[in-house]
Amino acid sequence: MSPGHYLALSAILFTIGALGVLVRRNAIVVFMCVELMLNAANLAFVSFARMHGNLDGQIIAFFVMVVAAAEVVVGLAILMTIFRTRKSASVDDANLLKY
Amino acid sequence: MTRAITAAGVLAGQVADKQSGEPFFFWLLAIVSVLAALGMIFMRRAVHSALLLATVMLCLAALYAIEGAPFLAFVQVIVYTGAVLMLFLFVLMLVGVSSTDSLVETIRGQRLWAGIAAIGFLALLVAGLGNAALGDSAGLAKANADGNVIGLARLLFKDYVFAFEATSALLITAALGAMVLAHRERTTPKPTQRELSQRRFASGGDPGPLPISGTYARHNAVDMPALLPDGSPSELSVSPVIAARTDTSVRHTDLEGASETDVIAADVAAVRRTTEDAADAGDESRAAYKAAGPAAGPATGTEGEA
Repeated sequence: MSPGHYLALSAILFTIGALGVLVRRNAIVVFMCVELMLNAANLAFVSFARMHGNLDGQIIAFFVMVVAAAEVVVGLAILMTIFRTRKSASVDDANLLKY
Repeated sequence: MTRAITAAGVLAGQVADKQSGEPFFFWLLAIVSVLAALGMIFMRRAVHSALLLATVMLCLAALYAIEGAPFLAFVQVIVYTGAVLMLFLFVLMLVGVSSTDSLVETIRGQRLWAGIAAIGFLALLVAGLGNAALGDSAGLAKANADGNVIGLARLLFKDYVFAFEATSALLITAALGAMVLAHRERTTPKPTQRELSQRRFASGGDPGPLPISGTYARHNAVDMPALLPDGSPSELSVSPVIAARTDTSVRHTDLEGASETDVIAADVAAVRRTTEDAADAGDESRAAYKAAGPAAGPATGTEGEA
């Protein structure tokens, strides 16, 4: 399999994730779509690592995973706070930049 | 000329980086992951989306393993599928499993334009990939000569050691941030039991406990609503989460094909019969009951003899 196949799969998954971010209203599902985009980027990194024959791409994918884990923790905590005050997890309901 | 060189390079690359069975697994995993990703954005329930995202992540883990990254494959399973996704499910349970997305568009034509933009973006990406001189993969046989984990550790603790240390600071910050954000400062004193009781009576609702599921019903399952004395099923007796998931009022429909009203009428008749039997509890009926049912208690037995 050439790296082109893997990169095409990565591009398709990334696009699906971006579409989900644009289309979905539930903030948790939006977060999941962001995770899908990060995973697609990871697949591209791993493919490039194999294409170039060194492990730097895998290291970058590893760092992406770490940052994604931190991002999920903080993002879900923010979501919980918003849900507690507004009783809703929809991105449409959090449209007022005031208390 | 250039084409011949590229073809030769591709051939050499394929020979250097050949894995038997890779095309089969690649196409299988690619199709499954794309279908699961599409299902993820089209499912209305957030829980279904989470489960399909787990499918995508497991497929990607298998793809990492195929691509010579066994460490990342395991990290993907443990960190993403194990930790991150469970965190998602945990928050979903707190927010409410039954919540579904509204299909109302707040911006008119947003879905259409988002779809068009996605197709355009995909075309752009694929065109860029098609124009890039990708060649073929060199393979990780040399880089993974001492083992994938050892190779990664060598890079991580030599070239990327500063980024690695910065990562630890990031993780501590994230943990602290999550604790600060998720912690709720109590602005009002905690209500005492007395205040809670007064509030319950002042609201004028049901001060006592709600009816228990399965009362006077055929099963005592939690999704079986209780029958009220007039025969109507009481939705109050079923947890709202279960009531939202299934239509609990039709639960009394018999498996033998009778209609709902027939079954409820039969249930009510059975309840009335039992009540009447207990009401005219003369000596004869009590004796008949004792003769019919050997499970009669010892108390009634001694009473009858006396």
